[in-house]
Amino acid sequence: MELEKFKYDNAIVKKFAYATIIWGITGMVVGLIVALQMSFPLFFNEYLGFKYISFGRLRPLHTNAVIFAFVGNGIFTGVHYSLQRLLKTRMWSDKLSNINFWGWQLIIVCAVATLPLGMTSGKEYAELEWWIDIMIAGIWVVFGWNMFATILARRVQHLYVAIWFFIATFVTVAMLHIFNSFELPISFMKSYSWYAGVQDALVQWWYGHNAVAFFLTTPYLGLMYYFVPKASGRPVYSYRLSIIHFWALIFLYIWAGPHHLLYTSLPDWAQSLGVAFSIMLLLPSWGGMLNGLLTLRGAWDRVRDDVTLKFMVVALTCYGMSTFEGPMLSLKFFNSITHFTDWVVAHVHVGGLGWNGMFTFGMLYYLFPVLFKTKLFSKKLANYHFWIATLGIMFYAIPMYWAGFVQGLMWQEFKPDGNLEYEFIDTVTQLRPMYILRSFGGFLFIIGAVIMSYNLFKTAKQGSFVADEDAEAAPLLKAPSKIKGEGWHKAMERKPIKMLVFSLIAVAIGGIIEIIPTAIVDSNIPTIEAVKPYTPLELEGRDIYVREGCYNCHSQMIRPLRFDTERYGEYSKAGEFVYDHPFQWGSKRTGPDLAREGGKKSNYWHFSHMIMPKETSPGSYMPAYGWLRDDKLDTDLTDNKIRAMQTLGVPYAVGYDAKALDDLHVQAKEIALDIYQSNPDNREFTDAEVVELSETELVALIAYLQRLGTDIKAE
Amino acid sequence: MLRFIKDNLTTIAGIEIFPIISLLMFTAFFLGLFWWVFTANKNYIKEMGNYPLND
Repeated sequence: MELEKFKYDNAIVKKFAYATIIWGITGMVVGLIVALQMSFPLFFNEYLGFKYISFGRLRPLHTNAVIFAFVGNGIFTGVHYSLQRLLKTRMWSDKLSNINFWGWQLIIVCAVATLPLGMTSGKEYAELEWWIDIMIAGIWVVFGWNMFATILARRVQHLYVAIWFFIATFVTVAMLHIFNSFELPISFMKSYSWYAGVQDALVQWWYGHNAVAFFLTTPYLGLMYYFVPKASGRPVYSYRLSIIHFWALIFLYIWAGPHHLLYTSLPDWAQSLGVAFSIMLLLPSWGGMLNGLLTLRGAWDRVRDDVTLKFMVVALTCYGMSTFEGPMLSLKFFNSITHFTDWVVAHVHVGGLGWNGMFTFGMLYYLFPVLFKTKLFSKKLANYHFWIATLGIMFYAIPMYWAGFVQGLMWQEFKPDGNLEYEFIDTVTQLRPMYILRSFGGFLFIIGAVIMSYNLFKTAKQGSFVADEDAEAAPLLKAPSKIKGEGWHKAMERKPIKMLVFSLIAVAIGGIIEIIPTAIVDSNIPTIEAVKPYTPLELEGRDIYVREGCYNCHSQMIRPLRFDTERYGEYSKAGEFVYDHPFQWGSKRTGPDLAREGGKKSNYWHFSHMIMPKETSPGSYMPAYGWLRDDKLDTDLTDNKIRAMQTLGVPYAVGYDAKALDDLHVQAKEIALDIYQSNPDNREFTDAEVVELSETELVALIAYLQRLGTDIKAE
Repeated sequence: MLRFIKDNLTTIAGIEIFPIISLLMFTAFFLGLFWWVFTANKNYIKEMGNYPLND
């Protein structure tokens, strides 16, 4: 048969590779800044206390940058390289490839521009506002469209397992992103999550967990199944195992989300389901890891020489570690020690730095010499990078595990008389040496990445780039829909659209069974008569709480555990959150839980604490929020917000939006007056001063904090 | 949003059977998967495993 001549598009691979490096280093540097903020809080409060770089706004920028900008571009780099070669076909449309590239970079720039301004939807890893969400959906569709068109135009009969992973990634991320991003826009800057409280939490962690699964894991597993065989020159250890790995992973992963919500107000059956599936997940995860590592059987000597393989072996090992830890963390006993502590941070960084980071580096070391038709500029530098990065991971993870364990145990410590042994603040100040070590680990990792950039830049310079690489392959003859004697799965693999549908069914089952009953069965969220909607001032204060990213350090979820209820009060009930759009349960307690903060401290205490936390709580890591005292509360949208809440089902009286502002001012003045009256200086004050204070954002925030958990406190 | 389908679905009689159906689906899925994988054609498996090395 005559071979067809065609060209692979290497230009798009090069663009994505450069973007991966640039955004990778950017995201890591932002991570280092937030780590330093936790190590040297007083220095930052004193000299760098700008609102745009406060921890609550920068931390989402770090997570979004490393997940969607670094790993996102890494996915596109690897997919655009391997897909063309596995299908023996050029990407279907150069135009779509470029829209995909520039669109994705534009989204990242929008994220960089909006998150520091406090434009956030307040849901972890999904913070971007509604119009950026729409852009993401659009560009994602462009990516999928180009991928499927390429698959349909392919010159090989079957789809290699890597492509199944790419297909599942595309389908599932689309589903998760769309369902989690249902929100009601009230302005360009602001939207409210369509779901409230428990439902919002379930949808969010269904998304959050599977963003890890289908953005950080499945696409990289696909790349692993291509690049590890490629770099080692031998086929994958067991192709049979890779098939089981694929279907088991996508089938099980989607159910595991509720393990992020153990001991919370989520119904028990949903928590148990999440735990059971998390434990089962260990099997396909380790199957995949072993499949990758065993590919190198009999070729381990090559790992010593080959830079790419070195990075990939560490990446696979870290994948194995974090997927072992995941099921362990979802056991209720272990979870009661580790949840809300730095253990979680250690866990995600073994995955993020170890699995995604090291794999990306390995892939880039493979791609640059191939794309530029040359040898790697310096193997020595690459080896330095390898060791520096590996050390960096250790310096990061070990102190964080230690910190998590120490804090988790300190929280649980009781005195013989039955009182808690430690104040919350004691458990925090204890961790400072660990935070400093962690910053050092992160710093090392960045140094490694910078060395790599230099090395790859020099490699590019010494080689010559071929934008369109020549290739040839036999055209694909039209195959009958089913070949005699062929199994159903084999037939399906030739049909990418069917593959898409089956993948979607496999992942949708878990989501449907978990989410729909929580939404429809009334007994799952018992309503509480005493729980009333927020007042307009509290609602505005809540928006400030979301804007400043308070949920990054404070939870609002008291678990029915003795050390939690002893420290914070009555455990949280599902019915208390029915008006929370979005929910703000949080996932980490760098500061104490706030679910019952209302009425615990005076307005004046909150006032001084927000302006200078170290005055009221010596040793606190909290940023100072001086700007809340200076900035006037913007009430232009208050009536609009009330109407939006009514649309979402919050029972404000009809026509309340017109009266909301009056109520807001009355409540604000009461709080402002109380702050002046309880000032220990006893200084004279005027009405004008009270009015001036009452118009600040700080008063609205205090109103919200004082409301938290008070609805059922008396019970 | 979910409240729009809520009223329709709560009226389904015997919705408690959901978990049993899930278990059956789950078991059937994995039995099917293993059955297929272990009966798959050897040559086909070999050919697929070599896909990344063929360019």
